[in-house]
Amino acid sequence: MSAPAKPVLVGKSVLRKEDGPLLRGQGRFAADINFPDQIYMRVVRSTYAHGRIVSVDLAPALAIPGVVAAWSFKDVADIPPIDFRLTRLEQLAAYRQTILAKDKVRYVGDPVAVVFAEDPYLAEDAAEHVDVEIEELPVILHADGEVGEFRDGLPTETALIEKNYGDVDAAFAGAHATVELTLSIGRHSGVPMETRGAIGRYIAETDMLEMYGAAKVPHWNRDQLAKMFGRTAANTNLFEGHVGGGFGIRGEMYPEDVLVCLAALRLGRPVKWIEDRREHLIAANHSRQQTHHIRAAIDINGNILAIDDEFFHDQGGYMRTHAATVPDLAAAMLPGPYRIPAYRARGHIRLTNKTPGGTYRAPGRYESTFVRERLLDAVAAKVGIDGVEVRRRNLIPVSEMPVTRALETLGTDIVLDSGDYAKLLDKALDGIGWSTLLAQIDERRKAGELVGAGIGMFVEKSGLGPFDDVRITVGIDGKIEVVTGAASVGQGVETVIAQICAEKLGAGYDAISVIHGQTDRIARGLGAFASRVSVMTGEATRQAALKLRDNALAAASELMQLPADQLDIINGEIVRLDGSTGPSMSLAEIAKALEPGSNLVGDKEPGLFAEASFESKHMTYPYGVHVAVVSLARDTGGVTVERYLVAYDIGKAINPMLIDGQIVGGVAQGLGGALYEEFSYDDRGEPLAVTFADYLMPTAREVPQVDVIITEDAPSPLNPMGLKGAGEGGANAVGAAIAAAIDDALGQPGAITRLPVSPQRVRELINGIA
Amino acid sequence: MTDKSDITLTINGKAHAIRVEARRTLADAIREECGQTGTHIGCEHGVCGACTVLVNGEPVRSCLMFAQQADGKQIRTVEGLARGDEMHVMQRAFMENHGLQCGFCTPGFLMLAVGVLERELDISDHDLVDVLSSNLCRCTGYQNIIKAVRAAAIEMRQS
Repeated sequence: MSAPAKPVLVGKSVLRKEDGPLLRGQGRFAADINFPDQIYMRVVRSTYAHGRIVSVDLAPALAIPGVVAAWSFKDVADIPPIDFRLTRLEQLAAYRQTILAKDKVRYVGDPVAVVFAEDPYLAEDAAEHVDVEIEELPVILHADGEVGEFRDGLPTETALIEKNYGDVDAAFAGAHATVELTLSIGRHSGVPMETRGAIGRYIAETDMLEMYGAAKVPHWNRDQLAKMFGRTAANTNLFEGHVGGGFGIRGEMYPEDVLVCLAALRLGRPVKWIEDRREHLIAANHSRQQTHHIRAAIDINGNILAIDDEFFHDQGGYMRTHAATVPDLAAAMLPGPYRIPAYRARGHIRLTNKTPGGTYRAPGRYESTFVRERLLDAVAAKVGIDGVEVRRRNLIPVSEMPVTRALETLGTDIVLDSGDYAKLLDKALDGIGWSTLLAQIDERRKAGELVGAGIGMFVEKSGLGPFDDVRITVGIDGKIEVVTGAASVGQGVETVIAQICAEKLGAGYDAISVIHGQTDRIARGLGAFASRVSVMTGEATRQAALKLRDNALAAASELMQLPADQLDIINGEIVRLDGSTGPSMSLAEIAKALEPGSNLVGDKEPGLFAEASFESKHMTYPYGVHVAVVSLARDTGGVTVERYLVAYDIGKAINPMLIDGQIVGGVAQGLGGALYEEFSYDDRGEPLAVTFADYLMPTAREVPQVDVIITEDAPSPLNPMGLKGAGEGGANAVGAAIAAAIDDALGQPGAITRLPVSPQRVRELINGIA
Repeated sequence: MTDKSDITLTINGKAHAIRVEARRTLADAIREECGQTGTHIGCEHGVCGACTVLVNGEPVRSCLMFAQQADGKQIRTVEGLARGDEMHVMQRAFMENHGLQCGFCTPGFLMLAVGVLERELDISDHDLVDVLSSNLCRCTGYQNIIKAVRAAAIEMRQS
């Protein structure tokens, strides 16, 4: 009798481990966490976009029965401002946000005071009684206008990001023609369905500070909180429960996270803060808003000789944890999948009197893909070729891979590790039936319809290092625990990590549980951002699972008196490859045999476990093609997205169902930014989108069926499974593809220069109003 | 603000005798006074639908109803869908069709879909999308939610 076939799990669309509790209402989101004797925090926020704080009178709030404490800046003056997590530039330090506004407020929503009370309704009442007097100052609302003063002579231009290679000026001097565009991306953001929340708790007996409701980067936030309070990582712990969507903005360290922890320390009671939706829309990170002035030097065939881009990044009131990350990525990733012999980008980071910004799914790339792909379409129009042809002529051929860009971002050199961009373009065009589609569009236009198609191509980045650790332990009950430093924001981390562990170890998928976001379980961890988890934690898991397999087989070899190479592990059972019969063993039994004090352990560390670290200096670069088909309503200017296709090369898919889910969800968010969502302001800096009635997120009516083609033509050479990430490719090129499709429907190349595209603007364009 | 009243919320068949202020929302009372945290609060102004529950069989946004208004009424929440270990057809369909990612909006979608299908089992696909467009999801792009609800509808019609 031969051994049963070893189950293959990597590459299979297995159902998610996460779903059971979430479907049964057993999730543990931030608001679901309660501790005895807890009090509630409410933040008093600035109602002015810019002003000098004259006075903050807490007394009326403190006089209300049930109010425990109230603070303004002077009560927290000893706490340093929130530091940068990524893309630190030293000159930005002066622009960091303090946890309560010091002497000026810089946006509507800026925290000015906090109130702590026995009941959340009471805390909200009391906050209304804090008397804040502010002398209004003139506002800056445009990042590309004149530079103003932040304070003490510091300019509102906080930094200039410069990236370049090649001789740009010579290329323009010798060019056949140049193409020049001014393009803007509106202000929008991730807006998860769960608002932010944090619960601080201090346990005096053990001098332990805890924060619940952590997400994304619990270890970094733990270290920062410890530093801010003069504590150590050893007596500070963060715990991630369920997280109701991340998208880059959730889980970064915000003033409120620090305030609940500080209050727990000082007041000696658990402190709970749950953000309301209005707060979320004015206080959590915004993103995206940029204006680019871009030009291309081209030859007679539409080949790009050089790109020169100058852009203005609207950062809002302060530099938050991402520091220069978003504009840095915009500049570094702008060249996309094309051969660009010379390149220069200059990004001005400007503060304005709006909500501060951070990353949002495909940060910097949603923006620069829109800009680059608009440029490609303009080049096509200039030389009289179509959008497909101009891309074919400029794509980097597979024969040139890997390509070093002579640019760096996120502390890594950009080396495009692998990719066959032209092949994916073909697959996308095949997938949508491009020539048939064009014929159909032609027919419908003859019948008077406004319908068009557009393409956007992009290169993503994923798998940011520098490390990830994993420890896998088999319990004596046969249960397998994978402890990671990763975080979950709802994307299915537990499932993909369990798939890798199960397959490589030879264990049952159901026996595995995956721990993430618990700083007391693993010393270090980088969390979930930059589409890094599947690649980094995935590879660390593979290595740990193989080590564990070796450890288990070594023990089994002694116990079963057979050479290890004649044994295998299938579904958690040790099987004999030679077909011989005899007593078999389970992983649970081996774990039992390795318990402390057993003969087998000897002087080794007891237990059946293994650890591995995966280190990587370079990111992996997945890539994709978006194709959009839209029709326009002549009377209203409304845009209907009729069809949408995404072709995406993932390198190696661990769970195609989850990748499809990531891509379609990303498309929906991309559509939001392309057509509906915008944080707009009046001329005093008053935010106009403060409810879901004004901030319009796509519903089931607006999001079309999205066709997804997942390919594995370019496995990454940087990890043995060939993995690349999937988190951001769905969002990346939506603005670009939708803009191109609307141009095409209008029959006006280059008409769309700004996102989101409002019905009013479409109607103006239909009626010939420039 | 001490105008508290004694009311009884009957949630999934179980009576909860609680004392609440007039202004306390049904969503808060279900979660805090009755401890049923499966019902989530996403916007507190009736747009996102995360807090959807069934009150006397009708889908209701529990952030827009005061707890006192639900006194004596039959409330159903996500916790009442499964029969022990056996998930409701709708829950299973969401799992099989990958109709959830972070899961925060999911209880609201489940209750909305179950409420509508119990009332109008033969609802057209077109009308079903219209109904589902009243709740917001930020992760899935809705396609798999629509697939899941249609799959569950077919199964519910057959049984």
